[in-house]
Amino acid sequence: MVESDGASRVARRPRILVFSTNNISDPGIDLAGSQHLHYSPAVSTITVPCSSGIQPTWVAYALEHGFDGVFLAIDGDECAYLPDCNQRSSRVAARAQEMVKEKGIEAQRIRMSAICSVCSEAFVKHMEEFSAVLGELGPTGERVP
Amino acid sequence: MTTDHEPSDSTTVAGESGEPRRRIGVYVCHCGGNISDYVDVAAVRDAVAGDAEVVHVETTLFACSDATQNDMIEMIESQHLDGLVVASCSPKLHVPTFRAVSRRAGLNPFEYTQVNIREQCSWVHSDDRAGATAKAIGLVRAGIAKTAHSVPLEPITVETTPSALVVGAGVAGMRAATGLADLGLRVYLIERAATLGGWVDRWGPMYPNGADGHQLIERLREQVATRDAITVVTNAELVAKSGNFGNYDVDVRVMSDPPTTQRFRVGSIVVATGFDTYQPEVGEYGYGIDGVVTLAEFKELVDATPGPLRVGGRPVRTVTYIYCVGSRQPDGHQYCSRYCCAATVHASITVADHDADVAQYHLYRDIRTYGKLELLYQESRRRGSVYMKFPDDTPPAVRRDDAGHLVVRTTDTLTEGMAVDIPTDLVVLVTGMVPRENHDLTSLLKLPVGGDGFYNEIHPKLRPVETVVDGVLIAGTCQGPKNSFESVASGLAAVAQSGATLLKGVAELDPLVVNVDQDRCTWCGACQEVCPYGAIDRIVCDGREVATVNALSCKGCGGCAAFCANEAIELLGSTTAQIESMIDGMLEGSARDEELMV
Repeated sequence: MVESDGASRVARRPRILVFSTNNISDPGIDLAGSQHLHYSPAVSTITVPCSSGIQPTWVAYALEHGFDGVFLAIDGDECAYLPDCNQRSSRVAARAQEMVKEKGIEAQRIRMSAICSVCSEAFVKHMEEFSAVLGELGPTGERVP
Repeated sequence: MTTDHEPSDSTTVAGESGEPRRRIGVYVCHCGGNISDYVDVAAVRDAVAGDAEVVHVETTLFACSDATQNDMIEMIESQHLDGLVVASCSPKLHVPTFRAVSRRAGLNPFEYTQVNIREQCSWVHSDDRAGATAKAIGLVRAGIAKTAHSVPLEPITVETTPSALVVGAGVAGMRAATGLADLGLRVYLIERAATLGGWVDRWGPMYPNGADGHQLIERLREQVATRDAITVVTNAELVAKSGNFGNYDVDVRVMSDPPTTQRFRVGSIVVATGFDTYQPEVGEYGYGIDGVVTLAEFKELVDATPGPLRVGGRPVRTVTYIYCVGSRQPDGHQYCSRYCCAATVHASITVADHDADVAQYHLYRDIRTYGKLELLYQESRRRGSVYMKFPDDTPPAVRRDDAGHLVVRTTDTLTEGMAVDIPTDLVVLVTGMVPRENHDLTSLLKLPVGGDGFYNEIHPKLRPVETVVDGVLIAGTCQGPKNSFESVASGLAAVAQSGATLLKGVAELDPLVVNVDQDRCTWCGACQEVCPYGAIDRIVCDGREVATVNALSCKGCGGCAAFCANEAIELLGSTTAQIESMIDGMLEGSARDEELMV
């Protein structure tokens, strides 16, 4: 079993799912580790080849099943696959927001920003800000059975 | 090494649904202490030991060590594992290692999953052991879930044509051409200009050791001419490309009268189209005033002058260099052009060689004579060059005073920001490289362009000359500012990379491409419309129009899937079943986090 560090906290930390990309944003997130920066351990990352391939349904699924927020760490202008990756990824985020709104989940639980392969500090800052916002919002309703 | 595991039931157990359960082996790495100092790896092991599809789990001091690799192979074979999860460092480091382990053990490499519990867990949560451990459990569960939904995939194999097209015959392209020919490949070297040579052909002595550019190119021209395997086509442009990786048909238009088109079949394409020089606006640092020249113009002047420099018939007594003109500009080219500092410093030494009494002032933001080029910087200072640093927000100003003399006013940060007027005979604006306007080629080859406007490699360290377009490599300054030896090195890297695929005669492509569920597809054409690689075709299957994917053309971005109204497209390796089960796995892990918070 996990040893408790003994610290007592009143509320659990907001759970954030990050979608990152193999060649651009994931190396940036890795770099935060190499630099021994810190962010909340309630942040976990799933990596895909390109942010344009993130399915809005995955984002909705995460929020419906217990994540409090989803952050799309998109390729931005550096995407090696698609020149219009930015627009496509924005479309994914917008569609995911529409999808969750219909289910009564706040659209601001979905955030998106380009994270470059050296954007470690920017990533950590995003996680801090997003955690704070989600902390205010509270947990994402009831778990969908 | 901790291997205190209890092998579980070694027979295949049938799941409730009747489908045989997976037999997955999990290795949780200490990474020395890089992981285990911050994550309770034994707790991670214990947490997943009872999971339905986990047949074996152990912690290991170094998963990547030869000993552990051999243990894994033994375990995969003896326990008939059909999935492998390695929880250690970033996938950027050891995916090839453990794919090879899988292959050696007879396990399909695509049924192995890497879980990053170092860069994305232990190192970022070194302040929170409980949180890091709970997260690691979630990440490992996600890895197990992904593996449980994996299917064996075979690399896509294609026979390749043992020939290469080199686009651009500058120093990088010419050296690549001779290198490719020496590997035994057929080479087509095409050049837009009438002669081979590019920029270096125009230059005299070049840094670091004064080798003459024109003579270097002369030698390369001979080497190209004496190789029968190289076909040179000048006044030529690439105008069409078809086919797939390993076998591209390329059309080259020759600007003869009348223009003709030649077709070649090639296995790889090396793009070495070079750079342009930054051209300042009139008025930028006094550009346009007589006596104010760019680095390129100055280099020409120095090369053409065998003795002391003269401008407008008068001897040059003072030269003032202004660095970073057009480079490192917040609103312009933001990058450092990296070759210009050394080129300028080298030219200033040549000036001193011809006339030791010329005063030379170098007004700089930062001097980047990296590596051995530092010696050039020291030499120029020893020879009397004066270096003055100006603040980023107060660049020098160039003017002609009332008496008609050229004067540069600069702010010297090293003397407490004192304003200094330097009367001078010649002002050299140290201009860098800019991306060459090559829109047609860029869109023809679908080359990715980075934020600076140069072509982008897949990975700057591990795959520095490959692009996402398989078999299309980049070399030299089309990729970004480089000096001639760096250009040649990247040209030779492109040679090695071409050779690595073309000499085998077959190439393997990553099979993680998109897959169309043709039962769900109702052919709306959206996927075909959004794919810039032409990887989607329409076929008629059982009397219905449906989409099909050309696995050789598909780059595996998955961008089309987001446009499919019927959710008929999935990216192998990132299927909805995999992603959703990963999400479930993570949440199971972090449920423990919640318990700990109380």
